[in-house]
Amino acid sequence: MKNEFLPPKSLRDVNTHYCSGCGHGILHRLVAQVIDELGLRERVIGVAPVGCAVLAYNYWDFDVSEAAHGRALAVATGIKRSRPEKIVFTYQGDGDLASIGIAETLHTANRGENLTCVFVNNACYGMTGGQMAPTTMIGQKTTTTPWGRDPAFGEGWPLKVSELLAPLKGVSYLARSSISKPQGVRQTYQYIKKAFINQIEKKGFSMVEVLSPCPTIWKKTPIEAAKWIDQEMVKEFPLGVIKE
Amino acid sequence: MAKVKIEKDRCKGCELCVFYCPLKSLELSSDLNKRGVRAANFKKDAKCSGCGFCFLICADRCIKVEK
Ligand SMILES: Cc1ncc(C[n+]2csc(CCOP(=O)(O)OP(=O)(O)O)c2C)c(N)n1
Repeated sequence: MKNEFLPPKSLRDVNTHYCSGCGHGILHRLVAQVIDELGLRERVIGVAPVGCAVLAYNYWDFDVSEAAHGRALAVATGIKRSRPEKIVFTYQGDGDLASIGIAETLHTANRGENLTCVFVNNACYGMTGGQMAPTTMIGQKTTTTPWGRDPAFGEGWPLKVSELLAPLKGVSYLARSSISKPQGVRQTYQYIKKAFINQIEKKGFSMVEVLSPCPTIWKKTPIEAAKWIDQEMVKEFPLGVIKE
Repeated sequence: MAKVKIEKDRCKGCELCVFYCPLKSLELSSDLNKRGVRAANFKKDAKCSGCGFCFLICADRCIKVEK
C-alpha cells in the first residue's frame, strides 16, 4: 500500500528557517506533494515572494524564480507567456499579494492568466516584524496598530481578497482553507491540487487562500495560534470554495 | 500497528502533534535537542492507529508514519 505520510520528493531534506508553529513549512510540503502527485516536477516553475517565504527555493527541489515584493504574479505572467507549456505558480504572503502587490494581483486575475496562486494569509507582515497587513483582523494588535486595528482610526477593514476577485470573469477557481488542524491540512491539499489541475486544463486564473498561523507575531503559543484561527479568523474569512 | 518515527533534532517543539494526536501517544521529551527545545517524543508502549495527524500538522519534516 502507498504510504501517504512520508515527505514528498520535491521537498528538500533540509531544515527551514521558519519559527516554531509557522504554517509555511506545512504549505511548502503540500505544494511539493501536489507537484509529485501530478508528476509536474520537470514541468513546473514556481515564483517565490518577498516575505518570510523568500527562501522557498532552498526548500523546493524544482525550478523557482524570485520576484520583487508584490510582483510575483507579474513575473509569473511573463514566464507563462514565454513558456506556455510550463506549469507556473506563485506563492505569496498577504503583505505581498494584498498590499504592495494588489494591482498585479487584480490585473493578473482580470486578464485571466492561466496561473495558479497560493496565497498565505497570516493576518500580518511576518518578515519585517509584525506590521499591519490589509488582512489584519479588527482589534488585532500589531506594531503599527498598537491599540488594535480600528476602522474608526482610518485603518480600514480586513481585505477579503478572494471575495474581491470572485466577480472577475478571468478567475476560474477560488477557495479558502486553513492549516490550523490536520483536517484543514488535508482539505488544503485538495484545493491546491484542484488549482493546479485547472491550469493543466487551461481554465484560467486559480487561487487558493490559506489561513496560516504566525505565532511569533501574534504573540501566542502555536496551539493558541491554531485555536485563534479556528475561533476568530474563520469568522472574518469563511472557509470553502468561493468560485468554481 | 503503525509506527511513528520522529527526527528529534529537527523538531522546533511547537507541540501541535502532541495536541492533535487522538490517542494522546505523543509528548514533549524532558531533555533538550540540538536546537535547545523539548522535542516531540512517542510515549513508551503507546498506541498508534496510523491516522497521520502528526505528520499532517508537522511543519518541519520531523515525522514519518510507517504502516
Ligand atoms: C519594495 C519593497 N518594499 C518593502 C519591502 C519590505 N518587506 C519585506 S517583507 C515585507 C512584508 C511581507 O509580508 P507578507 O507578504 O505578509 O509575508 P510573511 O512574511 O507574513 O510571510 C515587507 C514590507 C521590500 N522588501 N521591498
